[in-house]
Amino acid sequence: MSRTLTSGNEAVARGAWEAGVAVGVGYPGTPSTEVLENLVRYEGVRCEWAPNEKVAAEVAAGASMAGKRALVTMKHVGLNVAADPLYTQAYAGVRGGLVYLVADDPGMHSSQNEQDTRNHAAAAKVPLLEPSDSDEARRFTRVAFEISEKHDIPVIVRTTTRISHGKSLTAAEDPETLVTRSYVKEPDKWVMIPGHARARRRLLDGRLAGLAAYANDCDLNRMELRDPSLGIVCSGVVYQYVREALPEASVLKLGMPYPFPSDLVLDFNSRVERVAVIEELDPYLTSRVKALGVELVEHGLPSIGELSPRMIAEAFGETPLDQREAFNDLPPRPPLLCPGCPHRGVFWALDRMKAVVTGDIGCYTLGALPPLQAMDSCICMGASVGMAHGMEIAAGTDRPLVAVIGDSTFAHSGITGLLHMVYNGGHGTVVVLDNRTTAMTGHQGNPVSGRTIAGDPAPELDLEALGVALGAATVRVVDPQDLEATLAVLREETAAEHVSVVAAKAPCALLIGPTELRYAVDDELCSKCGACVRLGCPAISKEPSGIASIDVSVCVGCGQCVQVCRYDAIAETGPACDIGGGAS
Amino acid sequence: MSTVTTVVLAGVGGQGTILAGDVLAKVAVAEGFDVKLSEVHGMAQRGGSVDTIVRFGEEVFAPVIDLGVAEHLIAFELLEAARKIPYLAPGGRLVVNTRTIQPLPVLTGVFPPPVGLVPALEYEGAIFLDAEALACEAGSPRSANIVLMGAASVGLPFSAETWRSVIERRVPAKTVEANLRAFELGREACEGGACSS
Ligand SMILES: Cc1ncc(C[n+]2csc(CCOP(=O)(O)OP(=O)(O)O)c2C)c(N)n1
Repeated sequence: MSRTLTSGNEAVARGAWEAGVAVGVGYPGTPSTEVLENLVRYEGVRCEWAPNEKVAAEVAAGASMAGKRALVTMKHVGLNVAADPLYTQAYAGVRGGLVYLVADDPGMHSSQNEQDTRNHAAAAKVPLLEPSDSDEARRFTRVAFEISEKHDIPVIVRTTTRISHGKSLTAAEDPETLVTRSYVKEPDKWVMIPGHARARRRLLDGRLAGLAAYANDCDLNRMELRDPSLGIVCSGVVYQYVREALPEASVLKLGMPYPFPSDLVLDFNSRVERVAVIEELDPYLTSRVKALGVELVEHGLPSIGELSPRMIAEAFGETPLDQREAFNDLPPRPPLLCPGCPHRGVFWALDRMKAVVTGDIGCYTLGALPPLQAMDSCICMGASVGMAHGMEIAAGTDRPLVAVIGDSTFAHSGITGLLHMVYNGGHGTVVVLDNRTTAMTGHQGNPVSGRTIAGDPAPELDLEALGVALGAATVRVVDPQDLEATLAVLREETAAEHVSVVAAKAPCALLIGPTELRYAVDDELCSKCGACVRLGCPAISKEPSGIASIDVSVCVGCGQCVQVCRYDAIAETGPACDIGGGAS
Repeated sequence: MSTVTTVVLAGVGGQGTILAGDVLAKVAVAEGFDVKLSEVHGMAQRGGSVDTIVRFGEEVFAPVIDLGVAEHLIAFELLEAARKIPYLAPGGRLVVNTRTIQPLPVLTGVFPPPVGLVPALEYEGAIFLDAEALACEAGSPRSANIVLMGAASVGLPFSAETWRSVIERRVPAKTVEANLRAFELGREACEGGACSS
């Protein structure tokens, strides 16, 4: 069988397609995003971006009720949003197979927290599969649909960043031919009123017992007996680290860690002299193995962040490798707003106003970093709006108070916050940064930008009409590339005693690409005031003399710096010598 | 001992490390190796420090690496070369693009610009090349990532033929020629061990 180099995300899409999935739906979130972006390329699968994960899970639930197989995708924190449908779906079960792909991010490469989805699975009482490489991601996704239908339950496939964005050699199989299922009316299964739910709750325990029996002897969980002096229990990518670090050790690899295969673990324990559990994040396996009365080898590996082969090898007694010394005092390189980013105009204005800014999640969260530092909070998607209102009613501030939220984030969970603000008589100002895309996760369409996952045009959410309908007193549209105009509108609206929505509308700089213009600083006219440098544009630097300088190879010609220079020291220059058209 | 070779591509988000890593990994696959690749997308891609790790050998387990493990460090930028140096095994091969992209804390004057990186990296055994200049010479400034793959290829056990056929398939059709030239220029610059700078 020929095998190709495939990312975990591509492999999940392939596995879902092989399983005959009819519907794929999700909300973007690193590291899960590319699953749906790959699935949409397969013919015959209807794929959709949802405004948020809860809606995605509900769409998938409907597809399942209609008898079709459905995949719903999200990052770990997305499952908090989709937890409500999931927890009750466990009771109701499925008709067509229903699989949740949930991608965790140990180490928080691109996330605001590090929660461990295995806990959600146990709490929601739904089985969880955990692949260790791309080929398993494909096969486990396929099997997940079978388990889902056979045991009448939604199934989670949990990946982590190294699985989602790691590539390894992966096989491909032909798609299954499915027996067609269709909708049947089953109110005691699908209408979860208390009377029905109580019965389904009891049945759920029966289904879980069946799943536990399956977990104890299915080939997703695998015992590899080598040297009997040490046995390691592990799952996911950690299996690879263990194989590399402790090649002689016996291993119990759990591809299905929930329901927990207790009998298998006890069997493994009886075949090796000492047992250790090695896992990333929470002590999910550790606590369950311990509860069986198995005495564990202590190794002191952390439950924060990612593990690695050397960490494991050294925890089991290997001497550290010779290493080159790190260079001291290197400047950090935090991510930044791109040159030409329209968000910069809004943060420049908020910085000038010395506003208190409740923020949200997206590229624009980078406005919290120096030099603009114009954001005071970022907790979860949609939080900016409610938090601004909470601050207002609790204590107010002597400075202007503004909620800042991206277009995709506003559609995700900002609208209900605004409704709350209006309903409860608040006076908040909500700035929707409408850059026509979901930029942070790689430029997905969303209901505000009006483009589907397949790239087709869709109705654009009318932010002005929506603001009015929700009861905002004013809805203003500004061009954030026009800095003074943006500042003026924000000043007016924060001073006013009413709820206002300010839609800052200009496309993401990466969508439109560089303009033809380039700018340069006239050394004679530059007063060294630093106003342009404080924009935090990566094209602008401060020379040791204090004079500003613009790197034409980075400049995209947006002209924001021209607007903030009070000395007319920045003017057009020749085009960059970019011949264009390379690989990226 | 270990039959696995580890290559780290270190750069700044947006420099094309992801495409370069994909080309390298596909070359290793075409030459019959087991391969694992790992990289991080998302927020770091907005101008932050990024790296792509490619590991190949008879059987590769972990897609990640530890300090002191990599046989090859291909740095797309000077400061990132310095930052990632602890990944490189003693005796490993270090290829460094002489380009500097100053991070924001330096641009805004909060952090002093790093000094003396070139001699310090030279001491670590770096071979230098100006990938952007060679990319321009090849006809596309954005092919600097492929110039660096040319430079990397000199120390890797794959045939130039395989490299060329993977590049042909992997880059946009319009840029195939420029990228093939970029690869040759990077390779030539490093043949014989020392790169011209
Ligand atoms: C519940 C949840 N789902 C998904 C994400 C991942 N995520 C972070 S920001 C973002 C979208 C940002 O888009 P937008 O609000 O349009 O801002 P932009 O990046 O375009 O500035 C997403 C999907 C998350 N952090 N939390």
